[in-house]
Amino acid sequence: MRILPVGDTAFSVEFGDSISKAANARVMALDAALDGVAGIVETVPSFRALLVVFDPGVTRFNPLAGTVARLAEGLGEASSATGRHHRIKVRYDGPDLEAVAAACGLSAPQVIDVHAGGAYRVHMLGFMPGFAYMAELPPSIRLPRRAEPRLKVPAGSLAMADAMTAIYPWDSPGGWHLIGSTDMRLFDQTASPPALLAPGDTVTFEPV
Amino acid sequence: MLALHVLRPGLFTTLQDLGRVGYRHLGVPPAGALDPVGLRLANALVGNPPGEGALELSWLGPALRVEGGAVRVALTGGVAARRLRAGEAVTLDSGRSHLLQAGDVLELGAVGGGPVAYLAVEGGFAVAPVLGSLATYTRAGLGPLGGRALAAGDVLPLNRPASERGEKVLAAPFDYGGGPLRVMAGPQDDHFTPQALATLVSAEYRVGRDADRMGLRLEGPVLEHAKAPGIASDGLMAGCIQVPGNGAPILLLADHQTVGGYAKIATVISADLPRAGRILPGGALRFRWVGMEEAEAACADLERRIAAAMAAMAEPVGGLDLAALYTANLVSGMVSGGEDEG
Repeated sequence: MRILPVGDTAFSVEFGDSISKAANARVMALDAALDGVAGIVETVPSFRALLVVFDPGVTRFNPLAGTVARLAEGLGEASSATGRHHRIKVRYDGPDLEAVAAACGLSAPQVIDVHAGGAYRVHMLGFMPGFAYMAELPPSIRLPRRAEPRLKVPAGSLAMADAMTAIYPWDSPGGWHLIGSTDMRLFDQTASPPALLAPGDTVTFEPV
Repeated sequence: MLALHVLRPGLFTTLQDLGRVGYRHLGVPPAGALDPVGLRLANALVGNPPGEGALELSWLGPALRVEGGAVRVALTGGVAARRLRAGEAVTLDSGRSHLLQAGDVLELGAVGGGPVAYLAVEGGFAVAPVLGSLATYTRAGLGPLGGRALAAGDVLPLNRPASERGEKVLAAPFDYGGGPLRVMAGPQDDHFTPQALATLVSAEYRVGRDADRMGLRLEGPVLEHAKAPGIASDGLMAGCIQVPGNGAPILLLADHQTVGGYAKIATVISADLPRAGRILPGGALRFRWVGMEEAEAACADLERRIAAAMAAMAEPVGGLDLAALYTANLVSGMVSGGEDEG
């Protein structure tokens, strides 16, 4: 674990430098442990780091980083069973499904079986409001991002790239492979919380 | 109804406050004023809390008709403004408040000296916060007015008519400071060559044409990575200078994505972020390393100076042409690269 300043009003608590379920579980455990610590404005969990944003009118880097370091060291191996579980109904009807199957040496139904057979953990949200990075895809269907990103990916697209799968909450540019779609609303600013998925949640997909 | 009726929207006029707090972990950027000092001072001039929602004007301001009663507005930043009443036009100074009557048209022209100016209204806008904030994030349509910029025909309801408090003017144009923008190393300075770290603080960079509320693409010497430019994506702050594989740095501003996968060589300190938000495309800038202690001292110093500016607000003196003073200072107060280093 190391703590790196991000300017004078935030710092990043890193648990290694690569993506893993264990690192992300520690991130989420520390995030939970920071609840109520004075001066923290908000936190941003990511794959293997927790960004801690603080109010310089209340605290400063040194004392707060000290507090956070002590809390982090006291966590040990954290339980990852903190989030909610979601079952999301999807249609495996994406424009890239056949190409993904061909690139993986599988048939389309096999790709669907593998993708729908996995249980995924939300490592972080980002890119756009409500966009959840879910891992890990089984190795048999992992592909790098598309060489040519699309200028417009429709909202609700079920996508995958590398070890990640995700659903685009908004129409947006995107470079992931599109394998399906869902009617579930991933982000609703009038709902509380506004995002369907949160870091630490688990997700399975149900073909319809 | 007490309101401002939008006759002409301006080029990109948005409601902003000091940013949306508490939703970054769900991928929601903070947004908020590019120049939070300008927003706070505009609010102070009309007696609002500093973080009240106000209009951020970019490039060309809107034309607004006052409806339903008298309202008090204040302007900060370099913006040409005039009041049309009964066919007669009167120039309005920035850096002070103005009382407007029902039927008046407030005409805001070109924004100069920086990309943004602010218009605050006494009592604030009567619009519902979205996720706890009046900040507008247009990319996801988040914020009042459906998260978009003003459009002709919009009616912006106001909370209350002008009080008897009278007008206030800044005693002096706010001094944003000059010289290189101060940066702290990291969080991924170890991903860069020693040469890149030296170049960042010795070269002059220019803000590219496609600068926007997300960030400033900087044109200048390439910053070379010592390791892969990609990292496991992690949280971002406004002020972070991320460097993609092409070596061209990007300085993130209020609408930045919440997480990103490019190594961040340095981060502009909080005290200099309002200056970063005031740099025009094509503008030159330099950077200077500072440590945590200097950054903290600068942060406290900026807050002291904002508090002093608010405490020194006075009643306007008749006849003095403050407009000329403000115009002159806004130009010289800009980040101007190497000329006023030190």
